[in-house]
Amino acid sequence: MALFSRRKTIRVDSDILIIGGGMAGCGATYESRYWGRDLKIVCVEKANIERSGAVAQGLYAINCYMGMQWGENQPEDHVRYARNDLMGLVREDLGYDIARHVDSTVHKFEEWGLPIMRDPATGRYQREGKWQIMIHGESYKPIVAEAARKSATQIYNRIMVTHLLMDATKQNRVAGAVGFNVRTGDFYVFRAKAVIVSAGGASHIFKPRAVGEGMGRTWYAPWSSASAYALPILAGAKMMQMENRIVLTRFKDGYGPVGAYFLHLKTYTQNAYGEEYETRWFDKLRESIGDYVDHHPVPTCLRNHAFLEETKAGRGPIRMVTKEAFQDPHKETVGWENFLGMTIGQAVVWASQNIDPKHINPELTMSEPYVMGSHATCSGAWASGPSDYAPAEYQWGYNRMMTVEGLFGAGDTIGGTAHKFSSGSFTEGRIAAKAAVNYVLDLRDQPQVSEAECESLKKTVFQPMEHYAVYRNEIVAGTVSPSYLLPIHGLQRLEKIMDEYVGGIGANYTTNEPLLIRGLELLDMLKEDLAQIGAEDLHQLQRAWELQHRVLASEAVTRHTLYRTETRWPGYYYRADHPKLDDNDWHCFTLSRFDRNSGSWEMEKAPVYHIVD
Amino acid sequence: MPTFVYMTSCDGCGHCVDICPSDIMHIDKTYRRAFNIEPNFCWECYSCVKACPQNAIDVRGYADFAPLNHSVRVLREEKKGVISWKIKFRDGREKDFVSPIRTTPWGSIKAPSEYAPPGKAAFAAQELAHEPDALNVPALPALAREKLKQGIL
Ligand SMILES: Cc1cc2nc3c(=O)[nH]c(=O)nc-3n(C[C@H](O)[C@H](O)[C@H](O)COP(=O)(O)OP(=O)(O)OC[C@H]3O[C@@H](n4cnc5c(N)ncnc54)[C@H](O)[C@@H]3O)c2cc1C
Ligand code: SF4
Ligand code: SF4
Repeated sequence: MALFSRRKTIRVDSDILIIGGGMAGCGATYESRYWGRDLKIVCVEKANIERSGAVAQGLYAINCYMGMQWGENQPEDHVRYARNDLMGLVREDLGYDIARHVDSTVHKFEEWGLPIMRDPATGRYQREGKWQIMIHGESYKPIVAEAARKSATQIYNRIMVTHLLMDATKQNRVAGAVGFNVRTGDFYVFRAKAVIVSAGGASHIFKPRAVGEGMGRTWYAPWSSASAYALPILAGAKMMQMENRIVLTRFKDGYGPVGAYFLHLKTYTQNAYGEEYETRWFDKLRESIGDYVDHHPVPTCLRNHAFLEETKAGRGPIRMVTKEAFQDPHKETVGWENFLGMTIGQAVVWASQNIDPKHINPELTMSEPYVMGSHATCSGAWASGPSDYAPAEYQWGYNRMMTVEGLFGAGDTIGGTAHKFSSGSFTEGRIAAKAAVNYVLDLRDQPQVSEAECESLKKTVFQPMEHYAVYRNEIVAGTVSPSYLLPIHGLQRLEKIMDEYVGGIGANYTTNEPLLIRGLELLDMLKEDLAQIGAEDLHQLQRAWELQHRVLASEAVTRHTLYRTETRWPGYYYRADHPKLDDNDWHCFTLSRFDRNSGSWEMEKAPVYHIVD
Repeated sequence: MPTFVYMTSCDGCGHCVDICPSDIMHIDKTYRRAFNIEPNFCWECYSCVKACPQNAIDVRGYADFAPLNHSVRVLREEKKGVISWKIKFRDGREKDFVSPIRTTPWGSIKAPSEYAPPGKAAFAAQELAHEPDALNVPALPALAREKLKQGIL
C-alpha cells in the first residue's frame, strides 16, 4: 500500500444516502426532504446530476401518465398493460403503486417548468399513445436536477460508488457505501442509516452491433454500468427476473426511438418487398406461447420475434414507412424533433447518409440485449411492496426495501415494474424515499461501520492503479501486457462471452443449457482476471469499477437464464432446449441471492399474484 | 470522433469536462484545450456541445457507419428558454428546428422544505408529497388486499 497510503479518506455521515442522481435519484432526493425536514440527505453521483443518466440528452415524451383527472386511464389499466407486455410476469402490487402516484409527479414537472404539449382541441396533455404524453424535454434532466439540488443537504458529483458498507453489529443491514472521486482520487466513506440505490440500468454487457468508434452509440446510455444491480448483489440482496433482458427494435445504427413514429405519426413497418410481415409469424408462435399474440397490444418481444424471423428468412431490411406521414409538415417536424430531443445521434446518422424520411423509408434494426427495470422489461432487485395491499410474500418491511435491511431502490434498480419509464422511475424514487424516511425515524440502534472494512475496501478500490503502476514498466509501450488487462479488454471479453453464450446478436438471441454452463466457466475466469485489471489514471479506474459491476450483473443474468427452463419472451431470448412458454412450471418469478463469502448463488421461485382481473 | 474540439475556438474553460456524463472530455496537458479521450464511449448526447460557451465542440458521426460531410449544430439559449438546431445533410440539404426548453425562470422551483410540513398521520398514510391535491382527483386510488389472486390468469 505504500503507493497509495497518501490518499485522503473523506467521511460523510447522513441519514439517507441516495446513490445515483438520475430520474429515480432526483425523485428520491426531493421526497426525502419533504418528509425528512431535519434529516441529512446526501445524493452521490458519478457524473454531474445536471446531465446524468439515461435522460442526459433529454426526452421527447413522458411514457407513463395515467390522466386520471380526465378519466383517460386508471392504475388498474396500466397493470394490465404491463402484465400483458411482459407475458404475465410483473409485480402487480409495485406497478399499481407507481401508476396511482405518477400523475402527481407529472403535474409537478409541469409546474416546475417542463414544457408539456397540449392538445389544442381538448386542452389536455397531447397524447402520443395511450400512456405517452409529448413534451419539449431537452431540459428535462436539468429541471429535475434543480429540484434535487434544492432538496439535498449536499450533492456529491463525480464520485463513483463501488461498494455498499454493511453494518458491523447487525447481520444483513446496510450501513452506507464507499467510492472514489474521479477528479481528486479521494476515497469516500458515506455512513448512512438508510441507502437508496438508483444507479440506472445496464448497457454494454452484450456485444453491441457497432464495435468500432460507434460502440458508444448503444440504445441505453454507455454510462449505464449495472451498478444498480452489482451493489445490491454484493450486499446479498435478492434479485428477480434477471433473465428478462430487453432487445429494442429501433432505427438502424442510431437506435433512434420508434414510439412516436408508430403511435403519433402512424407509420408502419414492412419488409424489403413492401409486404406486411408480422402476422405471418403469429400462427407458428401460437403453438409455442399460446394466445399472447392475439392480445392487444401485441407484446413487444413478440413483435421482435416476427422481425427476427422475417430477417432470417432473407426478406430484410425491415423498413419504417415514413414517406406518407412525412408529407405533413407537422408530422415531419415531430419526427425530427423527436430525435433532437432524445437521440441526437440518429439525426447525425440520417444527415450523414442523406436519409430524409420524406423521401426514403428508413431501415430498422434489432439491438443487442440490455438489462434494466423501467422499460418494456423488468429485471432488478426484489423489493417489499406497499403496506396497504401487498400480499404477505411481497411484504417484509418498508415499501421498496430490498431483502437487506435499510437498503431501498427505485427506477431501473427495482425489478418487476415494467413500463414505469422516466416519470415512473422518479415516482418510485419518491415512494422509496418516503419509506426510507419512516425507516430512519423508526430506527433504534444505529448502524456501525467497521474501520477494518473501510481500510480493506480502500485497498481494493485503488488496486487497479497500483497494479498498473507496478507492471507498466515491464513492457516498452503499448497496451499489451502479460500482467494486466485494461478495462476495455475486460469489457470486450465480457461482451463476447455474453453474446456467444447467453443469447446476444451473434447467436440470434439463442442459447441453451450447455452454452450457458460454458458461459459461466468463462465468466469465472474473467472474474479471476478482474484482480489483474490495470488502470492508468482515475478515469480508467472508473472504467475498471464499471466493468466489475457489469460482470457481476452479467453473471446474474446468465444464472437466471439457466434456471428458467422455458422460453417466456421469444424475441428477447430463446432457450432452444426449452422452446415453449410453460405456465405450469414457470408462471412465477425467479429469484437469486449471491453469498459473497462463499461466492455461491442460490436460486428460488416466488409466486406471482394478480391483483386486477 | 464523435465529438471533437476546434483548436482555435477552445479556451480551456473546462465546462465540457464538468458536464460530460461519460467523463471523456478532458483537457490536453500540452495544448491546455479540451478533447474527447474515449470516442467509443461517447453517446453523442451533445451535453458538452450545448455547454461550451465558445461553440468550440462539434460532432462528426461515428466512423463505422456515418459517411463524412454532414453536421448537426445546436444553440441552446438558456435565458431565452429555446434550443435551435441546424441539420446539414451530406448532399448539402438543410433543415432547421426550434423548440422551447423551459416555461419558468431557471432557479424558480420551490424547495420541498418551503411547503408546510406534513402532519404526523400523513407519515403512515400512502399519499406522497402534495397528494392528493397534485393528483387532480379527489383521492389516491387504493386496492383491497382481498383482491389478490395467486397463480395464472
Ligand atoms: C434513448 C432512450 C429513450 C427513452 N425514451 C423515453 C421516453 O420517451 N419517455 C420516458 O418516460 N422514458 C424514456 N426512457 C427511459 C428513461 O430514461 C428511464 O426509464 C429512466 O431514466 C430510468 O431512471 P433511473 O433513475 O433508474 O436511471 P438513470 O436516469 O439512468 O439514472 C441513474 C444514475 O445513476 C448514476 N450512477 C450509475 N452508477 C453509479 C455509481 N456506481 N455511482 C454513482 N452514480 C452512479 C448515473 O450516472 C445516473 O445519473 C428512454 C431512455 C433512453 C435511453
Ligand atoms: S467548454 Fe468549450 S471552450 Fe471550454 S474547454 Fe470545453 S471545448 Fe474548450
Ligand atoms: S457528446 Fe455527450 S458523451 Fe460525448 S463527449 Fe459530449 S457530453 Fe460526453
